[in-house]
Amino acid sequence: MPTFDYAPAPESRSIVDIQPSYGLYVGGEMVDPIDGTRFKTVNPATEEVLSEVVAAGPQDVDRAIAAARAAYDRAWSRLSGRDRGKYLYRLARLVQERSRELAVLESIDNGKPIRESRDVDVPLVAAHFFYYAGWADKLDYAGFGPDPRPLGVAAQVIPWNFPLLMLAWKIAPALACGNTVVLKPAETTPLTALAFADICQQADLPPGVVNVITGAGVTGRTLVEHPGIDKVAFTGSTEVGRQIARSVAGTRKKVTLELGGKAANVVFDDAPLDQAVEGIVNGIFFNQGHVCCAGSRLLVQESVADELLAGLKRRLTTLRLGDPLDKNTDIGAINSAEQLDKIRMLSEVGETEGAERWSPPCELPERGFWFPPTVFTGVSQSHRIAREEIFGPVLSVLTFRTPGEAVDKANNTPYGLSAGVWTEKGSRILWMAQKLRAGVVWANTFNRFDPTSPFGGYKESGYGREGGRHGLGAYLDV
Amino acid sequence: MTVTIPAGFADVTASDDTLRRFLHGLPGVDQVGVEARAATLATRSIKTTAKAFALDLAIRMVDLTTLEGQDTPGKVRALCAKGRRPDATDPSCPSVAAICVYGDLVPAAVEALAGSNIHIAAVATAFPSGRAPLDVKLADTKAAVAAGADEIDMVIDRGAFLAGRYLDVYEEIVATKQATGDAHLKVILETGELATYDNVRRASWLAMLAGGDFIKTSTGKVSPAATLPVTLVMLEAARDFRSQMGRQVGVKAAGGIRVAKDAVRYLVVVNEVAGDDWLSPDWFRFGASSLLNDLLMQRRKLATGNYAGPDYFTLD
Repeated sequence: MPTFDYAPAPESRSIVDIQPSYGLYVGGEMVDPIDGTRFKTVNPATEEVLSEVVAAGPQDVDRAIAAARAAYDRAWSRLSGRDRGKYLYRLARLVQERSRELAVLESIDNGKPIRESRDVDVPLVAAHFFYYAGWADKLDYAGFGPDPRPLGVAAQVIPWNFPLLMLAWKIAPALACGNTVVLKPAETTPLTALAFADICQQADLPPGVVNVITGAGVTGRTLVEHPGIDKVAFTGSTEVGRQIARSVAGTRKKVTLELGGKAANVVFDDAPLDQAVEGIVNGIFFNQGHVCCAGSRLLVQESVADELLAGLKRRLTTLRLGDPLDKNTDIGAINSAEQLDKIRMLSEVGETEGAERWSPPCELPERGFWFPPTVFTGVSQSHRIAREEIFGPVLSVLTFRTPGEAVDKANNTPYGLSAGVWTEKGSRILWMAQKLRAGVVWANTFNRFDPTSPFGGYKESGYGREGGRHGLGAYLDV
Repeated sequence: MTVTIPAGFADVTASDDTLRRFLHGLPGVDQVGVEARAATLATRSIKTTAKAFALDLAIRMVDLTTLEGQDTPGKVRALCAKGRRPDATDPSCPSVAAICVYGDLVPAAVEALAGSNIHIAAVATAFPSGRAPLDVKLADTKAAVAAGADEIDMVIDRGAFLAGRYLDVYEEIVATKQATGDAHLKVILETGELATYDNVRRASWLAMLAGGDFIKTSTGKVSPAATLPVTLVMLEAARDFRSQMGRQVGVKAAGGIRVAKDAVRYLVVVNEVAGDDWLSPDWFRFGASSLLNDLLMQRRKLATGNYAGPDYFTLD
């Protein structure tokens, strides 16, 4: 029993109103499916059924794309940038006004701690809409030549790790550039996208500019393979990304893919060690490690490895795992049983391959999907846990001796989404940033996001950039 | 009383050069990172039983302070009465840790606190600037101890520290420690004048190496005084110092902490950075005056469900 035992501090659920079942948001209203079936969405922290949603069928997809096309032709592409900007500002303000509701809903549906949905996800969602609202009437000055044209209808398929944030990353630049969208949220996390549909209605967004169809992978495939779309934007696994790249090859569709990662977080012996420990925690245990740019490989210089690991282990014993709605929770629930199985499987492989497994003393709730923060030491490059994306709270620790070796090991992965460098030496930060083949290189921090900064991958982590001025290019005919 | 430095660290203080090398060899502190960490810890939500525990603990950790030119024995007596029974209407309310005054007012405090367990802290060594010859500072210290103070709050020579004369700072603390005898020595770093977190970490180690029993953020006379990230860095230093040297040193956050909510945030930082062992008035203190009444007000609110007006809490 700790001396200072934090009493439960649960955020109230009463602010959200989850309906027993939802339809599809098409043409500005919630409609019943034509050929879709229904499935249940659960709270991963309790396995309680939250609601029934539609797995949209081919005809549902047709109808949504037709609505988006009509809205593009008749309304959205004819609006001035200034008027589109007004709508985007309105969406941003409504997200802020309803931020508490959205945060609670996100935590219930996804399992992430309310501290993260409240302090990271939802504020970033609003920031993205505000940022791209500002671009809407300034596209002439974005560096793509005078009067760049939109693409048309964008099919957007997003993952379950940051449901509302990924929605914002997709919808905000698409709308700012004058496209209309059909968005499919992940199978396990549809609720905040449906809440966003309500926000679109509240904002009086012209019908059909934003359409939300729920469903699983099949629905997503129908959507991206549909001949009626002009653009595919996907965030998710490299496996599905490959399928999409194949399916759109030879078509007019423009594609951006943001896929997996196995980022190296490189700690040099002159690093600010206490903050490096924080950065490691933030890199891999933020959002239960369900982060494509997670710092899942810790590369630490041998001369400080013992000291750093001692500090890291001490720090991990203070992490609080449990009810995602408790304001003091640091580690929430794993999003689904399927994901939990994958994390368990790869962790067992890690042990079999001879790495040493460690977790802090940590009581897991009986119901729901949970996995303790886990550190593997003695990992080498050839281990599967050093190569494959686990997408869970599992850190693999490797060591290096020289900066050159650090770069070689960090780059020795088929992925290249992000990397972290920890050193007090500015020149080394710049040198590393040049050498690392990763879309984002964080220096003395990790997992920091900002709408002004482009985000995207090298190699099998995908192509195209989201965020910043670069993010506009993905939605313009340039 | 002499300070023993464990083997391996003995030559650290052999010369200015070795001391500088040691202090500059400590891991750096990243400003953005430490401030972000403190801000995250500040979002902890402390409710119900945890809040009741924290408020009582915070009251027990207060060094109730008056350090004004206009202080009189009467003022000190009033403060001592408040320290003994902070909430006159509630006998279950704990008393504070110490009363902190200038050295010449120690006799008044000794008289007023007779029979209680409340410590008497005196600021010494030409507080708050520390600008006086060493023998004057030591005389100041000895006089306070002779008058009955069992805790001495000294200031370090920030000028020497910023000029890089670390050994001078060290030797002055060692000399003051000798002058305090059995009294506890709190070493005020005046972090507002040290300016960087790297300096705060170095000064913390310097004070601990020299034998300080507590490291303290500020005099309260310089702005900024205590801040959450500065206190976090000092707690990290105390934690690391114990694990390397085997001696536990306390931390005192002083100045600028005026409301209960802030005090609870400091306790969260103590809890999650240094750990259980520092969650006691023997190892963590608040240097404050107006904080106490807010703690009392929140305490009563928690017990009764209603806020009592400020006039229901005594001004001393």
